[in-house]
Amino acid sequence: MDVNKNSYTFIFSAILVIVVAGLLAFVSESLKPMQKENVRIEKMQNILASVGMESTPQNAAEKFEKYIVDQKMLSNDGEVLTATEIDPFDIDVVQQYKAVPAEERQYPLFIFEENGAKKYIVPLAGKGLWGPIWGYISFEEDMNTVYGTTFDHKSETPGLGAEINTDPFQDKFIGKTIFDQSDNFVSVDVVKGGVDTSGDQHKIDGISGGTITSKGVGEMIERTLKVYVPHFKGNKQAAL
Amino acid sequence: MSETAEATKDVAKEPKEPLFSAKNKRLLSDPLNDDNPITIQVLGICSALAITVQVKQAFVMSLSVLFVMIGANLIVSWMRNLIPGRVRIIVQLVIVAALVILVDQVLKAFLYDVSKQLSVFVGLIITNCIIMGRLEAFALGNKAWPSFLDAVGNAAGYGWILIAVAVAREFFGSGKLWGVQLIPDAFYEFGYMNNGLMILPPMALITVGIIIWVQRSKNTKLIEEN
Repeated sequence: MDVNKNSYTFIFSAILVIVVAGLLAFVSESLKPMQKENVRIEKMQNILASVGMESTPQNAAEKFEKYIVDQKMLSNDGEVLTATEIDPFDIDVVQQYKAVPAEERQYPLFIFEENGAKKYIVPLAGKGLWGPIWGYISFEEDMNTVYGTTFDHKSETPGLGAEINTDPFQDKFIGKTIFDQSDNFVSVDVVKGGVDTSGDQHKIDGISGGTITSKGVGEMIERTLKVYVPHFKGNKQAAL
Repeated sequence: MSETAEATKDVAKEPKEPLFSAKNKRLLSDPLNDDNPITIQVLGICSALAITVQVKQAFVMSLSVLFVMIGANLIVSWMRNLIPGRVRIIVQLVIVAALVILVDQVLKAFLYDVSKQLSVFVGLIITNCIIMGRLEAFALGNKAWPSFLDAVGNAAGYGWILIAVAVAREFFGSGKLWGVQLIPDAFYEFGYMNNGLMILPPMALITVGIIIWVQRSKNTKLIEEN
């Protein structure tokens, strides 16, 4: 048999490609449930991390079940959607930010409760310098004071923009407020690196050399929280 | 069939050659030192720079490369008389790519946190020059057993350099090994600081350079005349 004949080359290539494609499709399909589960667990860990709760992949699902007492979904106008078929947990905010027009996006709200104290967790999605950034921001019971944050990114510059997923940056948000004295929404802005923001309730010192990523974080927080403002205000009055 | 068998110049021609003959042992030992893929052949440098910040990553990367090398070398060696010469590079690439995707999928399912840290570098095993280099230079012309040994030898040669670099970088860069704090807190209180430069890619290159320097000064075979 002449392996260098044209017809042989074609047949050989075709068979090889079909065999390889079949094999990979099979492996991918059979491992998919486990991979999806890993992604879900990571999401639970991130949500819990935004209120400072450590979890391992083993106990994340259990803790999530125990401490996240309620999940809501808001429309773009800030109204609570009651008759939704989708679990708020399954909403991929990064995907929505990328592909869904603003007025059709859905905004999940997770309510965390430990020892009777509630925290409100809002998922965020936005863009950094090189790619998407996302995270969670949690609020105290007053729906005003930031309790904790967690951010992550796809491809920000290591040592600069990528620092948003480190504690020194995330902890700066703690204790800041999103409403001013007269109850107007002002968000928490990230300002250019190297300024003293300790006296200001609505500003965070950005990362030097990571200005565009820092600004992206600020923009993402403001744009997302704006949607939640009516809901927060309404619930605050109800609580008082 | 006979034509191609001649053309492929089998190294192991004698049918009764013992499994670990001197020649076969050299296939295993040469890449560890005299013919190391990273320090001597300067292949696979990119991944040696990228994923040697932590020992755990380097270890998983080495294992992944070991698996892909063995798989690719064996498959190519078994098929060496069937692969049409004109498309052989593409055929090798398809085999390597399939194995790499396999590794990536398995890591995503069973070692999710490690797979996140390795991110694109698992995919980039496809372009690791060592693998294509060994397929082209060795597996295409040799039987399965020597090809297997060649794969193990080269992957081990790659792996030990990777881990050696990672040990140096993690220890001096973060004071840890395999994620475990080794430098006691008391040191830090006296003003000891982790060397942040060790974390950055340039120090990987310098560390590899130091390994090459030590290796060349010890190994007389590698000292070039004049």
